[in-house]
Amino acid sequence: MGFLVTFKQDACKGCELCMAFCAKKLIVADKSVLNKSGIHPAAITDTTRCVGCLNCTLMCPDAVITVEKIEE
Amino acid sequence: MSILYTKPKSLNDSPFTFCPGCTHGIIVQLVASVIDEMGIGGDTICVGCVGCGGYLPWFMATDTICSLHGRAPANATGIKRMQPDKVVFTYQGDGDLASIGTAEIIHAAHRGEKFTTIFVNNTTYGMTGGQMAPTTLPGQKTTTSPYGRDVELCGKPIRMCETLATIDGAKFLERVSVDSPGNVRKAKKAIRRAFECQLAGHGFSMVEILSSCPTNWGKTPLEALERIRTEMIPYYPLGNFKDF
Amino acid sequence: MARVLMKGNEAMAEAAIQAGCQAFFGYPITPQSEIPEYFARELPPRGGLFLQAESEMAAMNMVMGASAAGGRIMTSTSGPGYCLKLEALAAMALTRLPAVIVVVMRSGPAFGTMKAAQEDYRMTGNGGYKVVTFAPSDVQEAASMVYEAFDIADQYRNPVVVMADGMIGQMMGTVDFEKMPARRQNLPEKTWALRGSASRGGKNSALLFPVGPAHYAAKSEAETELYPALVRNETRVEVTDVEDADLVFAAYGTAARMCRAAAEELAGKMKIGFIRPKTLWPFPYEAFDRIGPKCRAIICPEINILGQMIDDVRIAAAGRWPVYHAGDTAGDFLTPENIIRKAEEVWEEQRV
Repeated sequence: MGFLVTFKQDACKGCELCMAFCAKKLIVADKSVLNKSGIHPAAITDTTRCVGCLNCTLMCPDAVITVEKIEE
Repeated sequence: MSILYTKPKSLNDSPFTFCPGCTHGIIVQLVASVIDEMGIGGDTICVGCVGCGGYLPWFMATDTICSLHGRAPANATGIKRMQPDKVVFTYQGDGDLASIGTAEIIHAAHRGEKFTTIFVNNTTYGMTGGQMAPTTLPGQKTTTSPYGRDVELCGKPIRMCETLATIDGAKFLERVSVDSPGNVRKAKKAIRRAFECQLAGHGFSMVEILSSCPTNWGKTPLEALERIRTEMIPYYPLGNFKDF
Repeated sequence: MARVLMKGNEAMAEAAIQAGCQAFFGYPITPQSEIPEYFARELPPRGGLFLQAESEMAAMNMVMGASAAGGRIMTSTSGPGYCLKLEALAAMALTRLPAVIVVVMRSGPAFGTMKAAQEDYRMTGNGGYKVVTFAPSDVQEAASMVYEAFDIADQYRNPVVVMADGMIGQMMGTVDFEKMPARRQNLPEKTWALRGSASRGGKNSALLFPVGPAHYAAKSEAETELYPALVRNETRVEVTDVEDADLVFAAYGTAARMCRAAAEELAGKMKIGFIRPKTLWPFPYEAFDRIGPKCRAIICPEINILGQMIDDVRIAAAGRWPVYHAGDTAGDFLTPENIIRKAEEVWEEQRV
């Protein structure tokens, strides 16, 4: 069992609240991407370590993040 | 695979117009999630306000209308009285609800209007550039209180939940905050309870949500959440003031 | 119901109910209070809603909400309250929401006095919109205009104002409710009404204040399509004997009734023609083109001090005839005698 965390990067405004509240500190600014707002949007570094706490979705003001549970 | 969270269906695809890190976006999602979970999206009518929250009608996939500054409760009264079996909610900021629209919210509560109000309190007029609101904290610097709010001149900030709690027609009143994941979860429960109050036909219901305004407070999004905890909650205590 | 004797205010309220008014939101103000009182008494037993609002503004915003929810809705007020309602009237014109607003005019400015007057002619609020504005001159006509106003509001999806002066509201007159205008057929269905997206198979209705380019598109549509259609189809005027008139009276409402009395008195001395706008907007400019070559001047009696409609009369006259104001509210009411005196003065001045 694991979690799939995806970011709608064009909607990200770079507020970094998801990064601050990620229980495992897995979210970073994706320096390889510059979205249409000119921002390095949030992205997850290591999905395998995600515990599915949903803190990131609760604190993201722009509905950027989707979390799915991967059933075995 | 099952989806644990994605943008609620009651919201359309428009990106939010709020500033980066503004917790309006969290609150909008909570309201939409509750509507989705209760399965009432097809019967819900959203009434916007004037201010940052006034853009909500552009984001909603439900029926929706823009109201004039402070008059959302009057619009909602007209709608709900014509469509008593629909779910009606207003989404109002503190300038809208606690200043220019004080008469409308008090009388809507007083008549026991069966709609729900989502009241977003960020202690400032956000959209117009950070002026003093009735909710601005003592000493808080804004563009129209540049030396800090002087309580001798302007009085102390108004506490709307406590004020409305004296009114019989108000049946559900709760103040919540969105400064942390735990409080966001509690805020969602309160919003759901407020909608349940409406659906059960008890009377007026309101959730006051302490929210951040990083841009006009001159803080980072994270620092702004800290201010909610350290400055706002001590003056605006969280909790339930009325439960049906 | 055969002919009945009723107060103008009550006749307008009854006509509204017969036109299918489903809800009335109002606030007490002299000289229109008999309207909310009539609704409070008559509407609930006949299946409608009467709600007294906390303020004029709230009443009008309730009208806006109830109209947005698809109802046939009305409110009424007088000058000071009308000022407070204008923001919401403008919003309804912008979002294209129908409703009927009865304004029973009293003397201004501001609190003014409670005497009947014609002081609200120029009140159209935060610019850029127009609403059909009826001006009845007797009780029967007041009832008919309110009755028809509901259909016009729904047909064009725009508010309609019935601007009666205080005399019309307060006077007793006979009304025959069997002589109401024919109901308009094929009124558009209110598919936009806020009844939940489920009522439209999931498609939502968003009644927005358009922003950016959409704002100008909405304004442009109103100004190039809606308002020309209203001018074309809904301009109303009564024109009598202007072709061979020596002098023409242009007046509306109670002032027009006084003009009729004055014209009878003046009959031996000069021929009086008569133009009575029944709609103040759209204003019947073209009626003035029918005035014959003998005419020396136009007199525009109004129940106010400086004249308000006179500006439109001057535009209509386009320099062809001098235009004179006759009017008073400061101390006393305009009277037929004032009008006769003014006509004689003007006649002396202009006949040579």
